[in-house]
Amino acid sequence: MLSIKNLQVKLDDEDKQILKGVDLEIEAGTVHAIMGPNGSGKSTLSYVLSGKDGYEVTGGTALLEGVDVLDMEPEERAAAGLFLAFQYPVEIPGVGNMTFLRTAVNAQRKARGEEEMSAAEFLKEVRAKAKELKIDAEMLKRPVNVGFSGGEKKRNEILQMAMLAPKMCILDETDSGLDVDAMKLVADGVNALRSQGRSFLVITHYQRLLDHIVPDMVHIMANGRIVKSGGPELALEVENNGYADILAEVV
Amino acid sequence: MAQTAVKTDPTEAMIASLSMPAGGWSAAARADALARLRAMGLPQRRDEYWKYTRPDTLVQVSAPRAAVLVSDERPMFDDVDRLKIVFVDGVFDPAASDDLALEGITIERLAAADSDLHWARSLYGVLETRGQTPVARPLATLNTAFATDGVLIHVTGKPSKPVNLIYRHDSETSDAILHHCIKLDPGAEMTLLESGPAAARFNKVMEVEVADGASFHHIRAQGRDHERRAGTHIFTRLGSASAFRSFTMTVNGQLTRNDCIIELSGDDSIAHVAGVCVGDGDFHHDDTVFITHDAVNCQSRQVFKKVLRNGATGVFQGKILVKAGAQKTDGYQISQSLLLDGDSQFLAKPELEIYADDVICSHGSTSGAIDEDALFYLRSRGVPSGEATNLLTLAFLAEAVDEIAHADLREDMTARLGAWLERHRS
Repeated sequence: MLSIKNLQVKLDDEDKQILKGVDLEIEAGTVHAIMGPNGSGKSTLSYVLSGKDGYEVTGGTALLEGVDVLDMEPEERAAAGLFLAFQYPVEIPGVGNMTFLRTAVNAQRKARGEEEMSAAEFLKEVRAKAKELKIDAEMLKRPVNVGFSGGEKKRNEILQMAMLAPKMCILDETDSGLDVDAMKLVADGVNALRSQGRSFLVITHYQRLLDHIVPDMVHIMANGRIVKSGGPELALEVENNGYADILAEVV
Repeated sequence: MAQTAVKTDPTEAMIASLSMPAGGWSAAARADALARLRAMGLPQRRDEYWKYTRPDTLVQVSAPRAAVLVSDERPMFDDVDRLKIVFVDGVFDPAASDDLALEGITIERLAAADSDLHWARSLYGVLETRGQTPVARPLATLNTAFATDGVLIHVTGKPSKPVNLIYRHDSETSDAILHHCIKLDPGAEMTLLESGPAAARFNKVMEVEVADGASFHHIRAQGRDHERRAGTHIFTRLGSASAFRSFTMTVNGQLTRNDCIIELSGDDSIAHVAGVCVGDGDFHHDDTVFITHDAVNCQSRQVFKKVLRNGATGVFQGKILVKAGAQKTDGYQISQSLLLDGDSQFLAKPELEIYADDVICSHGSTSGAIDEDALFYLRSRGVPSGEATNLLTLAFLAEAVDEIAHADLREDMTARLGAWLERHRS
């Protein structure tokens, strides 16, 4: 699904290398987790994959189903099936959540040459999916993320994911700022979307999210590289011993 | 003496070029206005009140040529059940207008109202004169002296539909001067719609007397013609527990100066004035507002939003004056611009002058670009850059558009602003 080879990235306006050769293979239908200490480059990886300004790719490739996404505009990446659930979802005053969702769904369909979703069809689908995520109708009417609690914002991200039905989902610290119940709700939403044709890259600091979203593979990132990969047990090791032992081991 | 001669020369040239409609009940007001105009002179670039807007093309003897826009866009307010009064280049068009009879309201034309005991005698030029202090507004005085036509509307009840003044622009050199008087009796209500570019150059004054418990709602769309110029004034005085709401959408126009002078003279009244403008290139738009609180427990609200690109200029001069004794005043003022590139500019002069000690007054003015984080968020969901920018631009304008009380008109305005953004995409 997603094949990242020797990805090297620096900041646009300063000479600072953030990613120093990341290699990652994510097969269709699998869930991979990336853990790592602060400043290891986890969020940068998610931003670079989704096309945020401010980063310069100095080497390597990132192929989504064989096509390099690094040359695409953010909206083209989205239409190709890439989705980033933001660590800090952006508030957009004046733009209704429903308008936003429908514009996004139809823009992607249009880009793929598919027929746009009718208002009635869209409404039916969004209501059903919102209900599963315990998002009430009132929240759908409000401007995008404005006045939403931390939990509501993250559930709204999952609702967007459900409506847009991407192939490759990147979750950037989706657990940050969530209490245990909210985390469970979000994890259930993600688990409901797991399927053969859809892959996930879950970026997190803590192992507890991975109790709910059980990964196939866990990678440890440090200093701009993947330094160790393993099964779910690797996350437990981090939880028990911290990063220091692992980092000492690989250096 | 030499200085006086320099100051009055353009004024005298303008006066000499115009002819004052003769006789009738308005003659005294017109003669008085002419004398006042001679004393104050037309605005010049060195006048403080015209610091950000060059008055040259508004005060030169004949109107600069302005091409007439040919557009297949559906006319404004087309779906609204309304009473239409049409002026073409400032000249009344009876064939295109509806019958002026409507229950709860009497409508006459200024040029045709010849009764000596006319009610408008107590309004014509009266609010305009009151509005000359503390700042002179000579273009309005010029208008009072020389207006060729306009409507005199006396609202005695609650008419079933709005009145729409439609201003068509047909001649590239037309120079129109219209003056309207609107008097709302106690408890009366009306909605006035105005639409269209009017003329190559348009000077318009509207005096609105809102009696106790009355309510006036004004929605205006200044036409899309690129080269037109307009200087307009609204003078209004509000009685107790009355309401005045005015919203203006300006799309294109080389020069637009909209002055709004509001006097809250009865307790518990409210005045809301809002505007949005969108300009691309050779576009200059000036909102100048002066609100005087002279009664207890009144609320005023000014919300102005401007979207500017390719060297367009936006100006806002807004003042709230709270007189001693106008306690419990609630005054709010916000003016904001969204600059879609580095070439455009927004010049704002918010002012508060407060002599009462138990008031709430706030003002804010900002100038900024599209929020890059919001733009990326939308794009990351698949919304193309141009469409995402338009969505965010409409969101920026929404606070002002929301000042329109009618939901249908609000949606129509938003759709038209969206269409403009679509046409002017970079």
